[in-house]
Amino acid sequence: MMDRYTKLQMAGIYFAITIFLIFILLPFFEMFMTSLRPLEHLFRSPYQFWSDDFSFDAYSQMWVTVPLLGRYILNSIFIATSVTAITMVFVIPAAYAYARLDFPFKSASLAIFLGVNMFTGAVLLIPLYRVLRTLGLLNTYWAMIVPGVAFLIPTGIWLLRSYLEKIPRELEEAAYVDGASRMYTLRRVVLPLAVPGLIVVGVAVFIGAYAQQFLFAITFNQQRELQPLPAGLYEFIGYQSVTWNEMMAAALVGVLPVMVIFLFLQKYLVAGLTAGAVKE
Amino acid sequence: MCGIILVAFIFAFGMVRKVDRFAAAAMLTMGGCNLAEMTDLTDAARAIEGTRRKVLPEAWFAWLLVAPAMLFIAVIVAWPLAETIRLSFMEADLGGEHYVGLANYQDLLESRKFHDTIIRTFYWMFLSVSLKLILGLIGAVLLNAAVPGRGLFRVLVMPPWVIPIAIGCIGWLWLYNGYFGILSGTAQAIGLTDGPFEFLAYKNSAFYSAIVTDVWVGTPMVTLFFLAAMQGVSRDLYEAAWVDGAGRWYRFRRITIPQIMPVIVSMALLSAIWTFNSFEIIWILTEGGPRSATTTLIVDTYKTAIGNFKFGEGAARAVVIVALLATFSLFYLFFLNKVNKHYGVK
Repeated sequence: MMDRYTKLQMAGIYFAITIFLIFILLPFFEMFMTSLRPLEHLFRSPYQFWSDDFSFDAYSQMWVTVPLLGRYILNSIFIATSVTAITMVFVIPAAYAYARLDFPFKSASLAIFLGVNMFTGAVLLIPLYRVLRTLGLLNTYWAMIVPGVAFLIPTGIWLLRSYLEKIPRELEEAAYVDGASRMYTLRRVVLPLAVPGLIVVGVAVFIGAYAQQFLFAITFNQQRELQPLPAGLYEFIGYQSVTWNEMMAAALVGVLPVMVIFLFLQKYLVAGLTAGAVKE
Repeated sequence: MCGIILVAFIFAFGMVRKVDRFAAAAMLTMGGCNLAEMTDLTDAARAIEGTRRKVLPEAWFAWLLVAPAMLFIAVIVAWPLAETIRLSFMEADLGGEHYVGLANYQDLLESRKFHDTIIRTFYWMFLSVSLKLILGLIGAVLLNAAVPGRGLFRVLVMPPWVIPIAIGCIGWLWLYNGYFGILSGTAQAIGLTDGPFEFLAYKNSAFYSAIVTDVWVGTPMVTLFFLAAMQGVSRDLYEAAWVDGAGRWYRFRRITIPQIMPVIVSMALLSAIWTFNSFEIIWILTEGGPRSATTTLIVDTYKTAIGNFKFGEGAARAVVIVALLATFSLFYLFFLNKVNKHYGVK
């Protein structure tokens, strides 16, 4: 009853949603259209909205122009997955400590973690380069994974902590009474209960890792075979000309696997964000 | 010493009141760090605990859990940060480095250009974050409306957040192209401009174009968090207000907004920090040009340090960024505290 809209209101809502979605999806539409146009048509002037020579040639030709494209797509996913896995290993225990336990310097150390949010890779690029060189990690996958992990740990702790706080304490206390050790309680009681929250935080960390590979990749890695997709796309910029149509096609195909996985997980994401919403 | 008193107290307390085992055990743990030394009292402890087991003291356990993350951050963030501060007092380039004191900072203080960059960065941040919050709020309301198809709309909003930022920017690069982009094409078709319009070629249009792209990248996440917060608001509140005859707008203003305020303010801070440091978008679209129109502090730092190999001057700029953001955050958190008090949160 309360939620019922009049016809006019319905129309208004759909109209507004359409405008909003046009803004969000316009670049993808443009990338798709560009990928369909033959290269010589791309540079036709004046501008044409439609033409009859659209083709999907770019989608087959791109694998020839940039032979390592498949590798780049997989690299992107591999790096983001590794960052997520490692980040979670650090985040889960720490988030539990901040959600449940009392210890000296608790709020001070939490503030330090949150303070890390103030830095991005770009601020610390030069010294970070030196540190990675000292550790011997330059030009390896680790050069792109390690900084990613460091900058995502704070976000992970912050998100997971608020989720864990909402799990009732009684179960842990019951386990304690039954003689479970602290570690056992964390592993066998808390973690299974926190699975929805872990998925949300995992997906959020993955997105963070997937979205921000570009800078670390172009700065810390010179090995072509290890490059992630965003850096690899720049190979379409050749000496003579840029094959824009293939670049767009590659970009769209490249993000497709992650988009599909994300489609399956998005339900958990919205639901999980509600459960562990950012309440301070 | 306090541990002994505590255990003795628990002992007495336990005898008199027959407290349950858990409470006793919990209290034991609190004083647990001293337990090992008190051999003469372990019997007493055993009597209450029933079973004898070693429980790691809470504080130790907690630090055991936090330490790995702390250590990682120390190596990858704190060490480079210390190095940045050290470098900022150096004249450093590929050839080597030597101490110059505050000279780098002095240069920045006297540079008109740098002042302009700071102002431009704050303008960039305020404009972009405001737009993200407003659009995010509108988007969340729309996606929260009970209309058929909203599940699909929710999915369609997310792509800019999910894909690599650099890839989204490539799409925008083409959109902004005067000859081949659909924006300029449409503008010509409906007669807004006579010829092709290059969005990224003029100072103002380049700046606002970059803002639009930044808003595009940042809005989906804000929308999603607001949506999640809105769904967390109890339906009872709305129903009670509805029964009392409150209209939609009234309910939005008086229930939704106050209820999700804590999320709005914390999202605003995070978003502000990220926008302040937003690098890839500007770098890919304009590299800070034309004529520095889109050069924010982070772009300036990158150009100085990586582009021109002036590591010392770059480091001084990085320190300024951190100092500005820290000051901003402190002020903001102070404000956040007040807002939370006002809305009765914790």
